[in-house]
Amino acid sequence: MGNHSDGSPNHSGTVATAGQNEVEKFQDPGIPPHRLRLADTDPKAAKRAERQVALLFGSSVVGTLIFLVAYFAIDLGDDTSIATIRLQNALLGIGTAFAMLGIGTGIVHWAKALMPDHEVSEERHAIRTEEDRLAAVRIVDDIVEETGIKRRPLIRNTLLGAVALAPLPALAVFGDLGPRPDNTLAHTMWAPQDGKLKRLTRDPDGTPIKASDVTIGSAFHVIPEGLNELHEGKLNEKAKAVVLLMRLNPESLNPSPGRENWGYNGIVAYSKICTHVGCPVALYEQQTHHLLCPCHQSTFDLTQECKVIFGPASRPLPQLPIAVDSEGYLVATSDFNEPVGPSYWERDEHERNRNA
Amino acid sequence: MKALSQKRRHPLAAIALLLMGLLVTGGLYAVASTVNQAKATTSTNANDAEEGGKLFAANCATCHGMGASGSQAGPSLVGVGAAAVDFQVGTGRMPMQMNGPQAYKKPAQFNEEQTRQLAAYVASLGPGPSIPEAGLLDEKGDAAAGGELFRTNCAMCHNAAAAGGALTRGKFAPALAGVSGQHIYEAMVTGPQNMPVFSDANISPEGKRDIITFLKQIEANGSPGGADLGALGPVSEGLFIWIAGLGVIIAFTIWLTSRTS
Repeated sequence: MGNHSDGSPNHSGTVATAGQNEVEKFQDPGIPPHRLRLADTDPKAAKRAERQVALLFGSSVVGTLIFLVAYFAIDLGDDTSIATIRLQNALLGIGTAFAMLGIGTGIVHWAKALMPDHEVSEERHAIRTEEDRLAAVRIVDDIVEETGIKRRPLIRNTLLGAVALAPLPALAVFGDLGPRPDNTLAHTMWAPQDGKLKRLTRDPDGTPIKASDVTIGSAFHVIPEGLNELHEGKLNEKAKAVVLLMRLNPESLNPSPGRENWGYNGIVAYSKICTHVGCPVALYEQQTHHLLCPCHQSTFDLTQECKVIFGPASRPLPQLPIAVDSEGYLVATSDFNEPVGPSYWERDEHERNRNA
Repeated sequence: MKALSQKRRHPLAAIALLLMGLLVTGGLYAVASTVNQAKATTSTNANDAEEGGKLFAANCATCHGMGASGSQAGPSLVGVGAAAVDFQVGTGRMPMQMNGPQAYKKPAQFNEEQTRQLAAYVASLGPGPSIPEAGLLDEKGDAAAGGELFRTNCAMCHNAAAAGGALTRGKFAPALAGVSGQHIYEAMVTGPQNMPVFSDANISPEGKRDIITFLKQIEANGSPGGADLGALGPVSEGLFIWIAGLGVIIAFTIWLTSRTS
């Protein structure tokens, strides 16, 4: 270590070349020679650096003032326009940025240009085994002794109690993730209630849809009848039951055996919940009859019962069997015949129970 | 010129060149995509249909067939209505420039009068959606109700901020800013290209008026948060912060560790 705050060059660290016969031996090259900065030699440069630092600190003051003026002078009432809020936000942000950056950059510039920059090296010494260990143990003992935790059982016991109880809120928080949904995931609102078939209604207003309303090329966003009247759990029910209703030329559809009656004159209804991770698949291309999921680009082909033709989804979208009631409105003849949406732990079991 | 060539090795030269290139590309694009729209009126008469028939035979029949009965190259237009013609021709999508995944919007090839005549001719072939009345396009509907309808029926393809979005295999839903209310209405009733049809039985004419009101309102209000970066959400915003934010951080670390002269 040497004192070079006066800026004198360091002569102690000359680089020695290893001798011809001592290739293995490495000699300490020492600290590189000290290089003087402009501000060390030229008082004018030092003065200039000082002014620059002052300017940076000054910009911080200005930034703070901008913040305060924007906060107090711009009055936000009930009838404030978005433009005013935007102006205030921008000024608050700019003010804070200058206030913080001015101090930070000022200090760094000060340290780099003006403060002494002599190089310092600290010796590293070998660890002294047993002595060091005992010293460390002594320090811990001292701490325990000084806190007086042994002499003051009241403090010790209350501390133990506090630490033991502290994790309890976590139980409550994680408990809110439950209860387990059990087989509520396997059923939707579309199941007929008291023998009455549920009508297909428009999202969001809940008006029923006549088969004759659904012209070729149309796409309707559908919720089950009665969803809007639910008092609780409406969003959960909606998340399972949303359906996309489309009409195409009946010849384009190729229903598999047993599913011929699930549509009506080319009108078909499919669950809107992607079988990959549950995004709403509602991007319908009426000429190619593809349904695209916007999250991960899973593509389903409506002409092949929504078979996956691209992307990460592993199952076709579940189809909702529909028919027309005596008044001409579209109704669901039953619930989906499989759980909708993405896979979950008990899904296979639920599907087996469903078809049993 | 000499001064310019001397500066070409300047550390900022590459950045300046990049900025210049971006500005030129952006400027050219902005000029090329300037909206050029023709407004059609609703008045039609037999004379219009006759004139339209001549225009059709000269410009459209190659693909759509004589009498608009369709051919291998293009669909039949019987029953598509005046609204479809006004939309497709008025936005320049028809006549199509070339075959591709999707017909692009471009400067209209026919003027207002010719578009009206073509629409009258196609409307005379069979009943179909007609051009909406001015009362439905006054942008004085219920913007809140329109927003709800938009988010349910349109936002999945056109983006919640109506900035457009990608579809499969090169197709896309276009951004809706700068599209006239009449064309928006006509697109809903006719379902151009891969867009589904939203007939009056699905979304009522008042609902469509609300949607147009909503779209015009968000267009006029702009982005409340400052630069919207295309309103494309996490993709453009993330890209920006990765490049600009990390760039600033790297610049600061370089400055922190550099020696002062």
